[in-house]
Amino acid sequence: MPDRPMIEIASVTRTYGKFNALDDASLSIRPGEFFSLLGPSGCGKTTLLRMIGGFDTPTSGTITIDGQPMLGIPANRRPTNMVFQSYAIFPHLDVEQNVAYGLKRLRLDPAEERRRIDEALAQVSLAGFGKRRATELSGGQRQRVALARALVMRPKVLLLDEPLSALDKKLREQMQVELRTLQKAVGITFVLVTHDQYEALAMSDRIAVMFGGRIAQVAAPKDIYQRPVNRQVADFLGGMNFIQAALVGENGTAIEVETMGFGRVTTPKPAQWSGKGGAVTIGIRPERLRVLWDQETARHELSGTVVDRHYFGEITHLVVAIPGMDAPLSVTETNDFGADDIPVGAQIRIAYEPDALVAMAD
Amino acid sequence: MTRAPRFLGINWLALYVTLYVVFLYLPVLLLPLFSFNDSAVPNFPLSGFTWKWYEGLLTTPAMLDAARNSAMVGVAAAVTSTLLGICAARAMTRYRFRGQKPMSALIMAPLVLPEIIIAVALLLVMLRLGLQLSLLTVVLGHVLICVPYSVTVLIAGFEGFDRSLEEASTDLGETAFGTFRRVTLPMVAPAIVSSLLVSFTISLDEFILAFFLTGTDATLPVYIWGQLRFAARLPGVLALGTIMLVLSFVLLTIAEIYRRRAARRANVDGGLLA
Repeated sequence: MPDRPMIEIASVTRTYGKFNALDDASLSIRPGEFFSLLGPSGCGKTTLLRMIGGFDTPTSGTITIDGQPMLGIPANRRPTNMVFQSYAIFPHLDVEQNVAYGLKRLRLDPAEERRRIDEALAQVSLAGFGKRRATELSGGQRQRVALARALVMRPKVLLLDEPLSALDKKLREQMQVELRTLQKAVGITFVLVTHDQYEALAMSDRIAVMFGGRIAQVAAPKDIYQRPVNRQVADFLGGMNFIQAALVGENGTAIEVETMGFGRVTTPKPAQWSGKGGAVTIGIRPERLRVLWDQETARHELSGTVVDRHYFGEITHLVVAIPGMDAPLSVTETNDFGADDIPVGAQIRIAYEPDALVAMAD
Repeated sequence: MTRAPRFLGINWLALYVTLYVVFLYLPVLLLPLFSFNDSAVPNFPLSGFTWKWYEGLLTTPAMLDAARNSAMVGVAAAVTSTLLGICAARAMTRYRFRGQKPMSALIMAPLVLPEIIIAVALLLVMLRLGLQLSLLTVVLGHVLICVPYSVTVLIAGFEGFDRSLEEASTDLGETAFGTFRRVTLPMVAPAIVSSLLVSFTISLDEFILAFFLTGTDATLPVYIWGQLRFAARLPGVLALGTIMLVLSFVLLTIAEIYRRRAARRANVDGGLLA
């Protein structure tokens, strides 16, 4: 079966005493996919990852990897390998011995073992570092060792527990690109746990956003970002202007709402649509609002007063009060045309595209 | 570096440190000095260099017996207190449990209790229990005072031992026993060696408990105490004292090297040095 999922999580619940770490989670991860579990700390993402790896057991529900049920199979016999948050490099061994650790049990022909170690070290750009000790490595290098040590086992699934959280910003961004490239090269299914939405957006094929032990939404990065199912997901993934609206009409796939400021808008029906009439929340990302200069006009525009501004180097956040709206709008503008020179109190006009407005559940 | 403050043109801190060190170590250094002096009376001026007091030790059967007793007691006490220490240190670093703080205080208490009180109490209990005073009772006493040192050294080695190291080993296909053999044991070995050396040294040098709890078999400090009554034997005692001093110094230095190695290993994988 070509379309068999690599990992099938079916109604998995994990309770610790009275606490539900994971509550009826179901998920299907495809072969060769770069999949991220994204959420704040305590949302159950690490619990789920550890259960896939065999370091924790579901209270109920089943986990299947490549068609094989994982119930009762301990971590050391699973087709998964893990990159731990602390990297867990064996400090009493050198780089090569770390990478060879799991291979030793396979009792390979020495030449074959040598070849696989060299290959793994080359994959993570650590060729020539074999004899270094863990104490002599930088954080980034130790992370590469952890990667090589797991990849050399040729697992069906590589599990990564917040692998970039200990690195500084620059190195983190570099490693995001490298991890993504590496994953495409080896073709192994990657499951990444992270609380950093930019990391998840930058690297993943698909993302599962989790809150309080539940999976809120599973989708590709762009869909998650542009079409969040509810306010919580929208908020977690970045800035969002929330606008109260009243439902005026609906058909099978779309709803029509009357908003403050934006007038009457038609948007796709949110996934978690209760079907009941009344109040609806509409959102628009701050970067989807654009400042209009001098004579410039747009089909859809608003005008208002700048009440606050925050400078971030390449961009400026403007807080704009719009007459007739109960809350000011956040507008993110790149500084290429001088948005950083707009003073507080200035009257400005803002352009938007109606399809950037998205309806969502509360 | 800031310069030390001066008052009346004198660096008082340096003076204080010098006096302190002299007071602490000069008497101890006199011991080896006179042990090589060719005179039965430890007095200046020195009268000439000799090895004869050391040679004399080798032909003193009572001294050799005492040395053998000390070695046996030391090894037994070191092994026992390290085994107990491993259990306690593992429990205290791996788990959080009720009564942990009081428990740890109780284990450390022998460090500050007057040794003579412990000795008298142990003597009473052992006699009550009908135990024959022997090297075994000395070992029991020494274990009591060695455990705090063992636990201190071992906790330093176990602390920061990242649980995920064992998980990583399992993840890479290793069994529970294989993980213990290939990861846990090599990681904590330096701390264990350090604990063995420290407790052996403490047992070797310990006098009061040995004096109270031994039967007819003397350990080295007890033997030295016995010899002090005879003025003529003093140079021999100085020679023996010098040997014990050097041995203790060497053992504790090695123990410290291992302790630091253990601490370094434990620290490196916390991911905090990244």
